[in-house]
Amino acid sequence: MYLKAVLIFPFIGILLLSLIRSYRISSFLNTLFSFLSFASSLLLLVKRESAGLFFVVDELNIVFILLTNFVGFTTALFSQKYIAHEIKTGHISAVSLRFYHAMYQSLLFGMNLALCSNNIGLMWVSIEIATLSTVLMVGIYRTAEALEASWKYFILGGVGIALALFGTFLFYISARPAIGEGLSAMAWTNLLSHASNLDTSLVNIAFVFILLGYGTKAGLFPLHAWLPDAHAEGPTPISAVLSGLLLNVALYAILRFKMLLAANPHALQAGPLLMSLGLASVLFAALMLYKRRDIKRLFAYSSIEHMGIIAFAFGIGGALANFAGLLHMSMHSLTKSAIFFAIGYISQIKRTQKIADLSGLTASHPVLGWGLVFGVLAIAGLPPMGVFMSEFLVLSSAFAKAPLLAALLACGLIIAFGALLLKLVQVAFGEPKGTSAVVPSLYLPMLSHFLLILAAGIYIPPHVVEWFKHTSLLLK
Amino acid sequence: MNHNLNFDISHMLAGSMLLVSFVLLYQDRMFSLLNVYTVHALVLAAASAWQGFVQHAPHLYATAVIALVFKAIAIPLTLRWLIVKLAIHREIEKVVGSGISVIAGFFLTALSITVMMKASGGTDPMTREDLSFALAVVLIGLLMMVGRRNAISQVVGFMSMENGLILAAVGAKGMPLVVEISVAFSVLIALIVIGIFLFRIRERFDVVDIRGLEKSGGER
Repeated sequence: MYLKAVLIFPFIGILLLSLIRSYRISSFLNTLFSFLSFASSLLLLVKRESAGLFFVVDELNIVFILLTNFVGFTTALFSQKYIAHEIKTGHISAVSLRFYHAMYQSLLFGMNLALCSNNIGLMWVSIEIATLSTVLMVGIYRTAEALEASWKYFILGGVGIALALFGTFLFYISARPAIGEGLSAMAWTNLLSHASNLDTSLVNIAFVFILLGYGTKAGLFPLHAWLPDAHAEGPTPISAVLSGLLLNVALYAILRFKMLLAANPHALQAGPLLMSLGLASVLFAALMLYKRRDIKRLFAYSSIEHMGIIAFAFGIGGALANFAGLLHMSMHSLTKSAIFFAIGYISQIKRTQKIADLSGLTASHPVLGWGLVFGVLAIAGLPPMGVFMSEFLVLSSAFAKAPLLAALLACGLIIAFGALLLKLVQVAFGEPKGTSAVVPSLYLPMLSHFLLILAAGIYIPPHVVEWFKHTSLLLK
Repeated sequence: MNHNLNFDISHMLAGSMLLVSFVLLYQDRMFSLLNVYTVHALVLAAASAWQGFVQHAPHLYATAVIALVFKAIAIPLTLRWLIVKLAIHREIEKVVGSGISVIAGFFLTALSITVMMKASGGTDPMTREDLSFALAVVLIGLLMMVGRRNAISQVVGFMSMENGLILAAVGAKGMPLVVEISVAFSVLIALIVIGIFLFRIRERFDVVDIRGLEKSGGER
């Protein structure tokens, strides 16, 4: 019942919002529906149903459901003012905006469905829904760059879904002798309880397909090419949810399958695969950060870096590393989306995304400028913010298990730290450049995220720690 | 009907799909590409229907009908209409030549047969062969997507890849219908996306050539 609410609100949202022409009404309704989904995801904390053939809510996905709906709600709030300004300046025409809010709800619907689905086929379909909605939104500006970005996203995403679907089929085929034909052999909980009876050689090859397929969507290194373009060219609210949420959902799918492998003693070890992909992403992204000239592209590469850290953490495995991975996932979502909120208003004020044309933001726009400083310091991993905590935990668990790789990871983190600081000094301090027009803005979403990551860095309530600990034990 | 004949016919249908995939690889005219794609979808429909008959699984007939109506009729007709509307029925520009892409196709086929035969040793031979052919079709679809510059031929590559996925799904005994319908839907959605895109690309650049996009690309 409560679970259905998380899905029903966005679904009504899609239907209703695709009918409404006025952007004022639709952006209000968008926020309202996002809030209702968030409220119903809170209810899931109180009351949970047992797993069915289609849906499951357990310790693992409830973290993601809450996070997704919270950031979905704050981004909808941010999007209200942002979109109003884009319409006023004529960057988005009313015609192309008409489906923007409907697509936003369809993205939320897709992500929620993916997170609570117990059926591996349904999970695939819902990740596909979420991806296609963002493909449409990335191209909304209709500039040459935006079209190229969304076409690239569509093509690479298509490659990714094909591989992931093939992997899903192979999982079904591997389970068929043990569980029997039909839907029950696609239910993830059934797969887990029969994990040691699955056909091992098929499961191994299936996981490689899953990892490459969903890894494309998570933006892991050799498959990341769509990510910087999609983040830089789409509207900023979409960059925020792409970075903060959709990448997480793809990683979550990989985690579910990893649990199946971990439960089968004869199967391939997923850890080293995840670790190497993660490490490659961190090192690659850290080096790429230096040459960025576009501020949204800069933070897109930083997202690749953080997805790498998270994949690395889950690759190490064990209670501590999994705990760190989960914490890092939530901290990264909150911080990165807040940074995009700040950048969104900044690029509207300065009418540019070029780092060279931005300077002295702390002097001309104190809230946004210092907000950006805080956000970048947080994402770079300085104490006392939450990202520091999680990165520290990742590193210390890595040093315990694989010191050499941990050293490489630390190098990557330091290189990225340097690049971010370098760019930050350029943007935040010095003589203000360009216009200092005032745009209508709402700081509440950004500030609430910052408050949360600061709180997480200083003090995490014991039952949240218990909760994450329990989840990390589930992950093995 | 004896078991061997069942096996042989499904083998033949899956093999023909792979063959048509190869034919797709070296097409250099837009309309002939679409015609070959139609044959691809028809063979898929036949393969699904045959699997439905062999497995006594009526839902596979639905898959066959979906393949026939959407993939073999509706989508090629729509794309044909788009091509005429946009006046782009000239030669298809390729990144790699036909010869090289066919050779690459051979390697991909060999790879997928080796891998799938080894990995699926525990399952029945029918599933095993279907899977290896399906993987080969998927990989050749991928090859087409990276080997072509033209948006429409990339789309055809994408759709032939999805045909390969459905071939894998119908070969897997007892696979729930959920997945097949979803694949069909995703193709439809993809088509909508593509339709919108082509028109937008058209209104911006007057060509449906991805190179036009790349020139104007931002910083990389």
